[in-house]
Amino acid sequence: MKLLTHNMMKSHCKGVTNGFPLKLSSTKVDVKEVEFNADFITRMLDRLEWGALVEAARQLGVGDSLPEMAPEEGGDEELLRSVHHVLLEVEVTEGELECPETGRRFPIRNGIPDMRLNEEE
Amino acid sequence: SSGINAEYGGCAMLGAGHVTALEVDPDAIEDLAGNLEEYEMDNVDVVQCDVTAPSSFKEGVFDTAIMNPPFGTKNNEGIDMVFLDRALELCRGSVYSFHKSSTREFITRRMESRGYHVTVLAEMKFSIPQMYKMHRKKEVLVDVDFIRVARER
Repeated sequence: MKLLTHNMMKSHCKGVTNGFPLKLSSTKVDVKEVEFNADFITRMLDRLEWGALVEAARQLGVGDSLPEMAPEEGGDEELLRSVHHVLLEVEVTEGELECPETGRRFPIRNGIPDMRLNEEE
Repeated sequence: SSGINAEYGGCAMLGAGHVTALEVDPDAIEDLAGNLEEYEMDNVDVVQCDVTAPSSFKEGVFDTAIMNPPFGTKNNEGIDMVFLDRALELCRGSVYSFHKSSTREFITRRMESRGYHVTVLAEMKFSIPQMYKMHRKKEVLVDVDFIRVARER
């Protein structure tokens, strides 16, 4: 699971008012080079919740290259490459997502989060 | 396949910036993960979730969706509409999907009443294997539309 995906996800537990962001913890993280596409990263910038991205990146130990505030459109290439790295090159292979309100945990195995709930949930 | 998927391999190979595959069935996920590894595709994330349940994704986070929803059975009719509704919630752009041609009018009316525009991009025949005892033929050919549901701008 990449941090781009984490930034798009929220809790769907019953009764939750604000399920975003899901708390992220990891026991295995892999870093893999992915081709950089400046246009794509630029387009994603106004879709991201920057605070949640920074928090998740710090949780994985890769948040140092990110500025506190969201970059404005047309950021320089170095910055876009930092965002690219954090969004697409850092993979949570084993870990957990946790609902911020209920504490319900969702496992991440083999890079795939399992968001299935039981019927009562 | 039974998930909203932005047609995993197809999109990833056709230059999508990133693809997220939503799939609930563990066997389908295993197949998918195997294919992703074999073809060394690094821009596809898989999330195991039930798209008919409350969403694990925020609204409008995706550009587009491509899917092949289940068509439903006697006890499960209309499930393809649930998939379509969910895909439209998740996407800010068009949704591409397969539906029985027999439901074309119903889908078109329903979508247009909500301000969407439906285009039938292709007509084809799907072969549905015999799955239940009550199906007398070994294989049935079903007329299927490949449609685009677009937001009117």
